[in-house]
Amino acid sequence: MSHPTTSSAALTATGITLSFGRRPILDAVDLQVRRREVLALVGPNGAGKSTLLSVLAGDLTPDQGEVMLEGRSLGDWKLREMSRRRAVLTQEHRISFPFPAVDVVRMGRAPWRGCPEEDEDERVVAESMSTADIEHLAGQPFGLLSGGEKGRTSFARILAQRTGVLLLDEPTAALDIGHQETVLAHARGQAAAGAAVVVVLHDLSLAAAWSDRVALLHHGRVTAEGTPREVFTAPLLSLVYDHPIDVLTHPGTGDLLVLPDRRSLMSREETA
Amino acid sequence: MTATVPGPTVRSEPAGERATSATATVDRRRRRRVVLLYAGLGIALVVAALVAGGSGQLSIPINEILGSIAHRIGLDVGSMPSHPRGEYTLWNVRFSRIAMAVIVGGSLAVAGAAMQGVFGNPLAEPSVVGVSSGAAVAAAIAIVFSLRFAGDWSIPVCAFVGGLVTTLLVYALSRSDGRTEVVTLVLTGIAVNAVAGALLALLMFVGDTQARESIVFWQLGSLNGSRWSYVVVVAPLAVVGVAIALACARSLDLLALGERSARHLGVNVERLRIVLIVVVALLTAAAVSFCGIVAFVGLIVPHLVRMVTGPGHRVLLVASFLAGALVLICADTVARTFVAYTDLPLGMLTSLVGGPFFFWLLRRTRRTSGGWA
Ligand SMILES: Nc1ncnc2c1ncn2[C@@H]1O[C@H](COP(=O)(O)OP(=O)(O)OP(=O)(O)O)[C@@H](O)[C@H]1O
Ligand SMILES: [Mg+2]
Repeated sequence: MSHPTTSSAALTATGITLSFGRRPILDAVDLQVRRREVLALVGPNGAGKSTLLSVLAGDLTPDQGEVMLEGRSLGDWKLREMSRRRAVLTQEHRISFPFPAVDVVRMGRAPWRGCPEEDEDERVVAESMSTADIEHLAGQPFGLLSGGEKGRTSFARILAQRTGVLLLDEPTAALDIGHQETVLAHARGQAAAGAAVVVVLHDLSLAAAWSDRVALLHHGRVTAEGTPREVFTAPLLSLVYDHPIDVLTHPGTGDLLVLPDRRSLMSREETA
Repeated sequence: MTATVPGPTVRSEPAGERATSATATVDRRRRRRVVLLYAGLGIALVVAALVAGGSGQLSIPINEILGSIAHRIGLDVGSMPSHPRGEYTLWNVRFSRIAMAVIVGGSLAVAGAAMQGVFGNPLAEPSVVGVSSGAAVAAAIAIVFSLRFAGDWSIPVCAFVGGLVTTLLVYALSRSDGRTEVVTLVLTGIAVNAVAGALLALLMFVGDTQARESIVFWQLGSLNGSRWSYVVVVAPLAVVGVAIALACARSLDLLALGERSARHLGVNVERLRIVLIVVVALLTAAAVSFCGIVAFVGLIVPHLVRMVTGPGHRVLLVASFLAGALVLICADTVARTFVAYTDLPLGMLTSLVGGPFFFWLLRRTRRTSGGWA
């Protein structure tokens, strides 16, 4: 693949190896996240996607390897500085006290306190809420929101942070089909405006539609990396997911469609 | 480069305005509630202090109290207390006791709110998790062995160290995966309280009669005998503790999102935790040093305040201080006037109300989180 221009890489991970106890979770993972690009991280459950994202975010220190944000090792960043450069959407959305949704979104502005950008707070919060389509939930306690509404509120909080690097762990997990599209379209828009976006996705058709590059993670290794068309091939996916998978091109739009091949499963069920 | 990514302008203007107006309504309502609460608490505090100052074996009418205060600040208006010992009682017995009630109540309420923020659990409270008894053990050691290494400050210093050690212990024991589950917290509290109770019993056993009496008085908790000299000792502890807690208010809000998300927003979670644990120990020491264990104030007060103001910590901490002070002035007035010529133990009174409340809160937490999470 031809992407040697390190200068455009916002986030670089080299040789990341990590184990929990004796169990290896990540094994010599190399990853580059470039500006103006959406990188989709896909792979089966337990492949290490969230763990890799934690390493990229600086929550976990790898046993080996290094992560560089804008050319500086993560360890050399002050937390506050880093929080103005990269935002992280975690896979789970919890809160200990019943803050209303609007306050949760406002928390995304915390890194900018005392900066000139602080003047923008209310406008940015309003914009983020409208992007995530949660204006009508402003006064609702976060804990009482539905799963998808929680996800969208957290997404709005990440957007309000206004950072150049976005790390999103399954931002579409609990969302309906319409909101899945708007959320990813917005991530895409951010990339077009210069951001570097990493997004963990389980829906491979979504990944194909909205990402520039895909990294396929399997047993803690990057098994394949490239454009969706390069990576999403029926034999490779069938092998990695241990399930027969078909890859088609939509006859009308030309979109890549990744579908499970259900025939074998059905006949297996029937014979059972 | 600046980190602000321009980003595509987000949707059309009306949508943004709609959001602004929705949030504006939320904010306006909340601001009105907060202003009302502050005003109510302020007025109630003044009234309670005047009533408390006037009631007791020697009753002093409010106009005489006001006259006496005016006189002290150099205004020669109103009438002075008519009883020959009125002036002395007012200033050297009642007002010092009220000041102590403000400090103890405020400190405990703020300690409770801060602790709940750090543990991410609305049931955390100095007496529930055993921090108060830990501080009490250390203070009892100072009493029994007549430690005077720091003059009047010896007991508070010991209480602080005891409180700090216990808080750290509880913290280390009750957390797993960056979370404190209710069961773990409550059980840790039972264990710590049991050990502390045994140590107190042991200290009573070794101590002489006078020490024994002091310790009993301690366990019951009372504002009886609050002198200005004590107030002067604990006031700085309370002021420093409350000030630091307030400075951490915003980070505490972010901590509600969980440790990871708080870190992603630039909060140094480890440092915040250590600082707040020291603050809790400081405030508990301020409350416990001379007045003993007054339980549940730190649990009830922040909870009730949260119902009015919402969970934002800046308002919560300030309002909790005021409400805690108010609750303790009232409770103490009841304690010393309910039965004539007797000073009921204050700690007994707060536990009598606080115990059932704690139980209710426990049930409610269980119901809303769908289990003992
Ligand atoms: N703190 C931990 N201690 C021990 N093992 C862990 C820990 N966190 C994750 N693991 C293990 O590491 C593996 C990778 O977890 P990870 O959360 O990265 O998977 P994932 O690819 O995000 O999966 P999913 O698609 O289900 O979100 C899992 O097998 C998990 O059990
Ligand atoms: Mg995951």
